[in-house]
Amino acid sequence: MQRELLKFALFAALVLVAAPLYFQGGYILNVLVFVGINTMLAIGLNLLLGFAGQISLGQAAFYGLGAYISAILTTTHGFNPWLAMIFAALAVGALAFVIGFPILKLKGHYLAMATLGFGIIVYIVINEYVDLTGGPSGFPGIPNLSIGSISFDSDMKNYYLIWVATLGVMLLAINLTRSRIGRALRAIHDSEVAAQVLGINARLLKVQIFACSAMISSLAGSLYAHYITFVSPSTFGFHFSVELLTMVVIGGLGSIYGSFLGAALITLLPEFLRAFHDYDIIFYGALLMIMTIFLPGGLIQGGTLVWNYLRNTLGGKGGADA
Amino acid sequence: MLEVKEITCVFGGLIALDKVSFAIRQGEITGVIGPNGAGKTTLFNIVSGIYSRTSGQILFNGRDISGLPPDQLARLGLVRTFQNIELFGQMTVLENVMVGLHTKSHCGILACALKLPWHLAEEKRIRSRALELLDYVGIAELAEQSAASLPFGKGRLLEIARALALEPQIMLMDEPAAGLNSRETWELGELIRKIRDLGVTVVLVEHDMELVMDVCDAIVVLNLGQKLAEGTPRQIQDNSAVIAAYLGEG
Repeated sequence: MQRELLKFALFAALVLVAAPLYFQGGYILNVLVFVGINTMLAIGLNLLLGFAGQISLGQAAFYGLGAYISAILTTTHGFNPWLAMIFAALAVGALAFVIGFPILKLKGHYLAMATLGFGIIVYIVINEYVDLTGGPSGFPGIPNLSIGSISFDSDMKNYYLIWVATLGVMLLAINLTRSRIGRALRAIHDSEVAAQVLGINARLLKVQIFACSAMISSLAGSLYAHYITFVSPSTFGFHFSVELLTMVVIGGLGSIYGSFLGAALITLLPEFLRAFHDYDIIFYGALLMIMTIFLPGGLIQGGTLVWNYLRNTLGGKGGADA
Repeated sequence: MLEVKEITCVFGGLIALDKVSFAIRQGEITGVIGPNGAGKTTLFNIVSGIYSRTSGQILFNGRDISGLPPDQLARLGLVRTFQNIELFGQMTVLENVMVGLHTKSHCGILACALKLPWHLAEEKRIRSRALELLDYVGIAELAEQSAASLPFGKGRLLEIARALALEPQIMLMDEPAAGLNSRETWELGELIRKIRDLGVTVVLVEHDMELVMDVCDAIVVLNLGQKLAEGTPRQIQDNSAVIAAYLGEG
């Protein structure tokens, strides 16, 4: 299993590296950059929702805060973009930590409402604080990131930059979920009382993972701002929080690879559905319904089923020993 | 070692526990018995920090622990098991015990995410200790199975192994024999004695009188939220008030 995974990872890495060379820049590459950004965001949400079992409908707000803090610090105040990015992540993480204590006391629908409320507040502040954020007309002129004399000013360069960051986040998330922290999170998900009785400080751990999730979102926001060089409030509204939730659920709750699949599908799908013109939204909706009914474990479950089937029929050896 | 002092618990108009006091001695197995609705499980939930009491005090090694949350009590050395075993069904049997070792390991989020060397060493230690514990209760061969797939009796053993992982000073067991057949119940009795011999004080709420009379060193009888009697199994068996409570006043 380990070796097969390694082969698979190598193959995936090759595809990732080769993709921009094949597409030669252009629009598709831009979409692939967004697959990376959305993967990062979906992983952040999945840590919270898929592992700890806590919902957040305010992820877009953390994403937006990261983007705007980076934009304002670099453009208005002339900060180094990398420093601004780190500062943004720390500030957003600290904010999440502080609001997490009262918010994560809530469960289920109430938690969804509270995080939704937080998302709306941030959206309104970004929209109305025109002096600071430029308001509804957006915030232009954000500098590209650069290392020495290399400026990340093209789709191609940003593609590599953002995918390195995404894979980094992915690796850290996988390590985390396979550790004592990951086990404790899943324990809280299954039975919070049982987890507490075993000495796990469920409240603190939930708040910590909420803050981690917010920091990952903030990081994605900063990368987004420096890539597009323009941010406007509409990107960070409630709609996008729901879209992230869809990615995580469709990809597979509690699977980091699943988050990548979900983000890829939801980001690429509108491109494929272009052919249906105005009816694309119907196909989109129908697909989501079919997926949740027949594949409640998400794309990762479907992938595993196909994989095991292929192994058993083509490989000639049992899949049970894996 | 554990002293319950005038614990009262009121739910709305119902007095679930009315000034219940007793003391549990170190190294003994104490049974808490009583007819249905006597307040046994309520008492357990209060002592383990899941419910809050209306009034009264609980002392653990002389320290007032009333009102502390369950996770803090667990870290102090007081653990419990549940009547309807609360396993983590998404995880394997081994992982369930590894969660029990959470307080015996210390790597934070950063160390885990970065896979720092001491994290790997700790993970290895947790795994081998968890296997030892599964072996102790006799289900080591089920380590890689999904916890949700275990038959009830094995699930009970897993829950005990997971609780032992915390190296508790005192273990509260809520109806451990519920749902077990007579052979499993007998084995459970042996296991409870083994746990006491490790130096763990055991308190059990139990309906199976044969088990209680067989393993307990001391018994507390509750009825309708009040303490009816306490003493050795023999004293309790001969106590006329206890007999009346169980068989009716007739």
